[in-house]
Amino acid sequence: MTREPVLTIRDLHLAFGRWGRKSNVLHGISLHVGAGEKVALVGESGSGKSVTARLAMGLLQESRATHATGSIRFDGIEAVKGGPEIARRRGNRVAMIFQDPTSALNPTFKIRGQFREVLRSAEPRLSDAEADRRAEAALAEVSIPDPARALDSYAFQLSGGMNQRVMIAMALANRPELLIADEPGTALDVTVQAQTLKLMGDLAATRGTAVLLISHNLGVVREFADRVYVIYRGRMVEHATTKQLFAAPRHPYTQALLSAIPKISGGGLPDLPERSPDFERPLIVHEGCGEPAEVV
Amino acid sequence: MNWKFTLPRIGAALIALIGISMLIFAIARVMPGDPARIALGPNATEEQVATLRAERHLDAALPVQYWEFVKALSRGDLGRSLYTNRPVTTDIAQFLPATLELVLVSVIIMVVVGLPLGALSAHFRGRFPDHLGRLIALLGICTPAFVWGVILQLVFGYFYPIFPIEGRLLESTPVPPTVTGFYLIDTLLSGNLSAFGDALHHLILPATALALAGIGQTARLTRSNMIEVYAKPYVEMASAYGFRPWRIATRYAFRPAFIPTLTILGLECAAMLGNAFLVEKVFGWPGISRYGVEVIIRKDLDAIVGTVLIIAAAFLIMNILVDVLVSIINPRIRLSQRKS
Amino acid sequence: MAAPSAPAGGNKPRSKALAAFFGNPLSVLGLAIVTVIVLLSVFADWLTPYPEHVGPIGDFAAMNMPPDETYRLGTDTMGRDLFTRIVYGYQLSLIMAVVVLSIATPVGVVVGLVAGYKGGWIDYALMRITDIFLAVPPLVLAMAIMGFLQPTLMNGMLAITAMWWPWYARLIYNVTRAEAQEGYVLAAETVGASTAHILFREILPNCWPSILTKMTLDIGFVILMASSLSFLGLGVQPPTPDLGSMVAEGAKYMPDAWWLSVWPAIAILIVVLGFNLVGDGLREAFEAES
Repeated sequence: MTREPVLTIRDLHLAFGRWGRKSNVLHGISLHVGAGEKVALVGESGSGKSVTARLAMGLLQESRATHATGSIRFDGIEAVKGGPEIARRRGNRVAMIFQDPTSALNPTFKIRGQFREVLRSAEPRLSDAEADRRAEAALAEVSIPDPARALDSYAFQLSGGMNQRVMIAMALANRPELLIADEPGTALDVTVQAQTLKLMGDLAATRGTAVLLISHNLGVVREFADRVYVIYRGRMVEHATTKQLFAAPRHPYTQALLSAIPKISGGGLPDLPERSPDFERPLIVHEGCGEPAEVV
Repeated sequence: MNWKFTLPRIGAALIALIGISMLIFAIARVMPGDPARIALGPNATEEQVATLRAERHLDAALPVQYWEFVKALSRGDLGRSLYTNRPVTTDIAQFLPATLELVLVSVIIMVVVGLPLGALSAHFRGRFPDHLGRLIALLGICTPAFVWGVILQLVFGYFYPIFPIEGRLLESTPVPPTVTGFYLIDTLLSGNLSAFGDALHHLILPATALALAGIGQTARLTRSNMIEVYAKPYVEMASAYGFRPWRIATRYAFRPAFIPTLTILGLECAAMLGNAFLVEKVFGWPGISRYGVEVIIRKDLDAIVGTVLIIAAAFLIMNILVDVLVSIINPRIRLSQRKS
Repeated sequence: MAAPSAPAGGNKPRSKALAAFFGNPLSVLGLAIVTVIVLLSVFADWLTPYPEHVGPIGDFAAMNMPPDETYRLGTDTMGRDLFTRIVYGYQLSLIMAVVVLSIATPVGVVVGLVAGYKGGWIDYALMRITDIFLAVPPLVLAMAIMGFLQPTLMNGMLAITAMWWPWYARLIYNVTRAEAQEGYVLAAETVGASTAHILFREILPNCWPSILTKMTLDIGFVILMASSLSFLGLGVQPPTPDLGSMVAEGAKYMPDAWWLSVWPAIAILIVVLGFNLVGDGLREAFEAES
């Protein structure tokens, strides 16, 4: 790790609530993703993995009911207190892929209009014709058979798989440096999910995009990620390379998680382990996975 | 337009209209007392009463009476009002436009004020503009239209006499030649700008009183629908791409939220037709509602049935218009026809 | 997903609902308004300064007096204390609302349950009948019915009830349609439960939150409707104190005797607002519970 990571999260705390009734969601999360790296954040639902991604994207509405401390840095831009303002400042250098593609597209506009808007968020002065040309190219890149027709459709007219590709094409159209994928394609069938992962992997390899995959599916993580963070009830419990983690998990929670994977590899949700006091043990970091040098 | 979506609605509306005519007809005939005697008053002779009974088939069985009524209706005959001693249709043609003008202006006020108020509330949810907006909406909903009428009259008619408190025009203003019956339009058609100003001046207070409840409902509904939409992934996605907040609010939150709001707006317009009765009484507005109250108090059967039917028809037409508008705005409905 | 979840404690949702209700200052305000009005109405004979002013005769020495120390809200044209008459107006309004809803709600609920669950032609017939009542603005239908009847308290309640039940039918119909597809209903059908059992024991319990919320809101709206009718002169007749007719009567003496109509008008606003706030609070509480 010599270069500055694209995304660095340090000691992130988050609580919701008001009028003295606070509930803590994150207790000091730290992680980093470097250029060209594929990193996974694994945990069960409610563990805080999605909320971490949303905070990193500046998607949590700043309100009296949200209390976040710590640091989220993307290329020197601090995002913890930024909210939507941050999303605007860094423009399209960060993109996100959502769980359910169909509901992530506006039902009242055709794909064309939404695509133009995405492209113009990076280049406000783009002409309609040029935007459409780029949109078609981007759709062709994710192997959509008839890009012009897809552009003239509404999201509800396309299949889930098609929408997934549209969303990826939009995410990639402005060549982001960081891509956050929140359970991509879990709402869809396994084939689409596999295609999605392959596209994201190619992107990391060819363009050096940093990818952060949020998932609860260890099968997917094993196939996709270089490095894995395991999160349990708002705390990081283990950080290792994928090889290390699956060969020799050290944290009791991770061990329980792994032993719960069905032996037929390649998919299925593992039955999550029953809770145990052991799971509350502090973070275990494997060799070679230290935090990157402090960058100021 | 998507006929597959619209036609069943028109059908259901027609069934409802037939149903309401039967219902109101039955109530009018089944009520205690001799309708002919009630209509003619205690001073009429037995002979006169008998003549009227024969004339109106009042001795026949109820279905026969209804059939006679429908036959007359198909000729455009709703009977005679005993209050004005004119055909009911003539009365309605005279009084209905004033009410429609009042209601339409109120609908415009409701939409122009209510939608932005709700959208602002949703956008600033949990903060001061939201609390203020919700308070205004709540006051609108909880206050009967006649209370607004009385309060507006007191404040802007008496304490600060900015607006006239009664009627559609000043006595000095000539009534414009009737084309549509809408003074705002008729005065313009006759090229009399000062009369137009006068008509507008008279409309503002009653239309505001009538609009306030609707503004509350509209704002409340827009707010809750928009808050629902704000939680949708596509709004998150728009924020993730860093679109301008204004753009997110209008194109990604307001537009999808507007479709379910519009459907309920139809119901609000209907409520306004009812509330117009209250406002017209407060402001001495010469509309169908004042006529309606008058004939109800006088037990003028034909006129009551006619008034209720015409209001039901206006209400159903409004609802169909809203449905058609929804089918045009909502691509999911608009396109469902092409697919099948 | 098989995420381990804490076993739900029996009282937990209930206390969550209570916390949601009392955590909202507006709901508490509403509850306070409603409590005060209900207490005033129930104990009107003891709590009003001039209970004898409920009749046609008041204090002839003090007719049409603006608010002062003796008559806090002023007196009407017959010298009757406005505060006293407003409290008795509340009493009458609450009685009307309770009677109307205790008839309209069961009727509407049964129609909605049967139509929503049975489907087919029963559904079509019942819902078209419901639509007939919904095809006229509520106030107009109530007025028309009043037009054929004598303007008495009983007939007023009848007219309002007749136009109120369809709204419950619509509401419960929609809930039932959705619930009928749920697993627990299918399970009950599989073991051969009777229709009555499924409707009242399986589906109805799931409708209670919506029914209770709507009923609370509707107490306010029935009062609003009743006062609108009497404002038009089609409701309760004098000398019975009624908020709507008090506003109508007072409007004749505007602007000099403004108190005659302004106080009863504000009284209507307050009671409707109170029940609305409680109803909204209940809705939020039920949402927090589930």
